[in-house]
Amino acid sequence: MVEHRPALNLLSHVVLILGVLIVAFPVYLTFVASTQSAQDIATARPVSLLPGSHMLETYKLALLGGNTSTGSLIPAAAPMLWVSLVSALIIAIGKIAISLLSAFAIVYFRFPLRGLVFWSIFITLMLPVEVRISPTYAVVSNLGMLNTYAGLTVPLIASATATFVFRQFFLTVPDELVEAARIDGAGPLRFFKDVLLPLSATSIAALFVIQFIYGWNQYLWPLLVTTSEDKYPIVMGIKRLIVGEAFVDWNVVMATALLAMLPPALVVVLMQKWFVKGLVDTEK
Amino acid sequence: MASISLRQVVKRYGSGPSAPTVIHGVSAEVADGEFIVIVGPSGCGKSTLLRMVAGLEEVSEGDIAIGGRVVNQVEPAERDIAMVFQNYALYPHMSVFDNMAYGLRNARVPIAEIRTRVDKAAGILELGSLLDRKPRQLSGGQRQRVAMGRAIVRQPSVFLFDEPLSNLDAKLRAQTRLEIRKLHAELGVTSLFVTHDQVEAMTLAQRMVVMNGGRIEQIGTPEEVYARPASTFVASFIGSPPMNLLPGRAEGQRFTVGTATLDLPAAAPRAGELLLGVRPEHLQTQAQGWALRTDMQEMLGAERLLYGQVGGLPLILRVDATLAPPAPGQTVHVGVAAQHLHWFDPQTLKRITP
Repeated sequence: MVEHRPALNLLSHVVLILGVLIVAFPVYLTFVASTQSAQDIATARPVSLLPGSHMLETYKLALLGGNTSTGSLIPAAAPMLWVSLVSALIIAIGKIAISLLSAFAIVYFRFPLRGLVFWSIFITLMLPVEVRISPTYAVVSNLGMLNTYAGLTVPLIASATATFVFRQFFLTVPDELVEAARIDGAGPLRFFKDVLLPLSATSIAALFVIQFIYGWNQYLWPLLVTTSEDKYPIVMGIKRLIVGEAFVDWNVVMATALLAMLPPALVVVLMQKWFVKGLVDTEK
Repeated sequence: MASISLRQVVKRYGSGPSAPTVIHGVSAEVADGEFIVIVGPSGCGKSTLLRMVAGLEEVSEGDIAIGGRVVNQVEPAERDIAMVFQNYALYPHMSVFDNMAYGLRNARVPIAEIRTRVDKAAGILELGSLLDRKPRQLSGGQRQRVAMGRAIVRQPSVFLFDEPLSNLDAKLRAQTRLEIRKLHAELGVTSLFVTHDQVEAMTLAQRMVVMNGGRIEQIGTPEEVYARPASTFVASFIGSPPMNLLPGRAEGQRFTVGTATLDLPAAAPRAGELLLGVRPEHLQTQAQGWALRTDMQEMLGAERLLYGQVGGLPLILRVDATLAPPAPGQTVHVGVAAQHLHWFDPQTLKRITP
């Protein structure tokens, strides 16, 4: 719809600006709070909307840990960010690798019970981690994977969603392409590597963004399988700053929250072009 | 270079007695270096047959031999063939060069050799300036040429074409048709060309195979097939407008069609129910002869088609466009020479010799 009427233009701008404000204001507030001192936040009613002057020291404290002016001990966020990054990467890459291969098998190979296999993968869509959390915990614990990266990531890697997305994509690849590759002497794996993978690049990018954020935002599962501090991901770290009877250093909490927001935001911004293409593109 | 033999080839989808059969025991011999066109209406099994030669479909029964070697169990890449697909099936993410080189790379041809072969093919097909482009940056005709280039660089002993011209516009199609003929004259590679377009079939074929319902109706040169169609199917499929087919009763030199009785220039091969075939261009208006009531006419430029009825049955007549057309409803008299009569059995629909 392309219309140029001033009233309509104004209205759409108002709506859009309202939308931006609603989304951006909490983030701004987080930023503002992270630049003030804990005392300012605790005493000011309401919280000042202007940035304070304690930005550098707060972020240094949040990243590297140490004692606040009120004496409470802040654990360093940097190692937790690292744990989150590693887990999110393993989860995203693992999910994509496994889903690509299983979708490849389901679409391009005729084997007994193919339909059953597909539907059993598909049905697990109904069983997210939260539903199967106790048996999964039992398995992970029996395998001695508590407090390891494997324990943090492996149960989250299997993904019906990604398998399904790749299956749908593979189904749109014309049969003639497969046949041309056969005539060109490309075996199944070579076809996968030379033709299917390059064609799936945008889908892979889109799924990487989604799955990276999914992995990064995990909270419940790490809460269960990690008991040692060196395997706490950042999302748990934020929560840990708030619990306790002691005075909460909201400036540090907000700084940590912003730090935790940064990597997923970076992934989205850097891969935005591919992300949109992968979700929208049907051209082959 | 290689000959191709099809021996009682059957294609069935699935197994068991109720499995649908799409090819019913087809046999044919293709000589080394020959250009064969397989033509037929859609669903007649012509593409399936080609895909069986390519190795993309399994052979249910019978043998396919290329160059004397039975290839039923041989992978497509090992059959020494190259195929041009209807929608070209170019790899969309590869450049034109890579598209052509891909098969050679898989066959571990040395890089220098790949370079020479691709350059040579690109030269023949005038693709030299496009080698770095991606398929989506090419026009339909250029994509078609890349698909041919991909086949040429493999230096196969058999080319297989699966309706490669049907996605081109009419002008480009005529031009590409000529290029394919030129290419065949130059390379002399045995070629199988599948099409549903009878003009393509007539112009390209050294010999053509007319298929219908999974069976071969006739094999022969375009001239033979046109002049002596082996069945009513071939008679009406090849030629535009199709051959007139009049069912009637023959008795010596008389033939009763509907309400009319026609005088024949020569006696019918036998008395009784027969089908008489006459090509529209072989009917000539004359002072005396079959009474044809004209209904309408079509002007085609060099010639004019007259649609009429004889004895209540439709008859098409092709006449010189410079002659004044009869008014609709007017009766004209037409005649035909003895050698242009075709007789078919109304039961088997096969040609009755002569």
